[in-house]
Amino acid sequence: MHIDWILGLIGGLLIGTAGAVFLLFNGRIMGASGLIGGLVDGSARADRLQNAVFLAGVALMPLLLLPLYGEADTHITGSIPVLVAAGLLVGIGTRIANGCTSGHGVCGISRLSLRGIVATLVYIVAGGVSVVIFRHLLGAI
Amino acid sequence: MVRLLFALLSGSLFGAGLLVSGMTDTTKVQGWLDIFGDWDPTLAFVMGGAMIPMALAWRIAARRRSALTGAPFPPAPSTRIDRKLILGSVAFGAGWGLAGLCPGPSIAALGFAGPPLYVFVAAMLAGMAIAPYLRTHLDKALPAE
Repeated sequence: MHIDWILGLIGGLLIGTAGAVFLLFNGRIMGASGLIGGLVDGSARADRLQNAVFLAGVALMPLLLLPLYGEADTHITGSIPVLVAAGLLVGIGTRIANGCTSGHGVCGISRLSLRGIVATLVYIVAGGVSVVIFRHLLGAI
Repeated sequence: MVRLLFALLSGSLFGAGLLVSGMTDTTKVQGWLDIFGDWDPTLAFVMGGAMIPMALAWRIAARRRSALTGAPFPPAPSTRIDRKLILGSVAFGAGWGLAGLCPGPSIAALGFAGPPLYVFVAAMLAGMAIAPYLRTHLDKALPAE
């Protein structure tokens, strides 16, 4: 098996364990867009600090691990129009659909939530179509 | 206070998992979505791996009255498939494919990806700020089915 697949599986187990800790200890669903969006639009209310601390952990832990890696390349595009359009679509889309890859995907599908399963199928198909259009038809990414 | 510690632990595990799995690398995400290119199956392993502890956690939660810190568990999931779920997911998927980033990895890579990621995250936060208004508008424009 390819080393990237094994690392993917190990990383996935870590992500699932993170979600399990958040659910079993704090009674909350680990959805990144909800945790961020709740702070942005104020809907997090009393959970504000919990959301902020969670997100600090998400941002800081990779920095602690990075020396083991040497460097981790994101290969992110340098195109400002692409970054702005993609950011707006992700921000608006996840908040209107009330979930993203972690909330609808990891947490939703694992409890057999119909909304989670449907949302995940839809955003994967939309993502695939987006890559085909922008990479293969337009050559933009 | 105890809940904040578990939030930090959970967030740290999430950040570690996103880095280790390669999900902060936009080419791995786009490589998985690109079935007509050189297809990269890594994301399927990440999703599959994440489902295992999470499915176990839901089973444990079902047998308990409340979480270990005394917090209530989330309510049973809604089964309502509405236009907001579909339209929102279409928009999210389009942006996900375009940049190869979703909300979790965009935060995990914040410390090392450099300025282009700041542009993406700023736009994402702006999108999240206007989403409640669009949601209200969608509710009015598209009354309940």
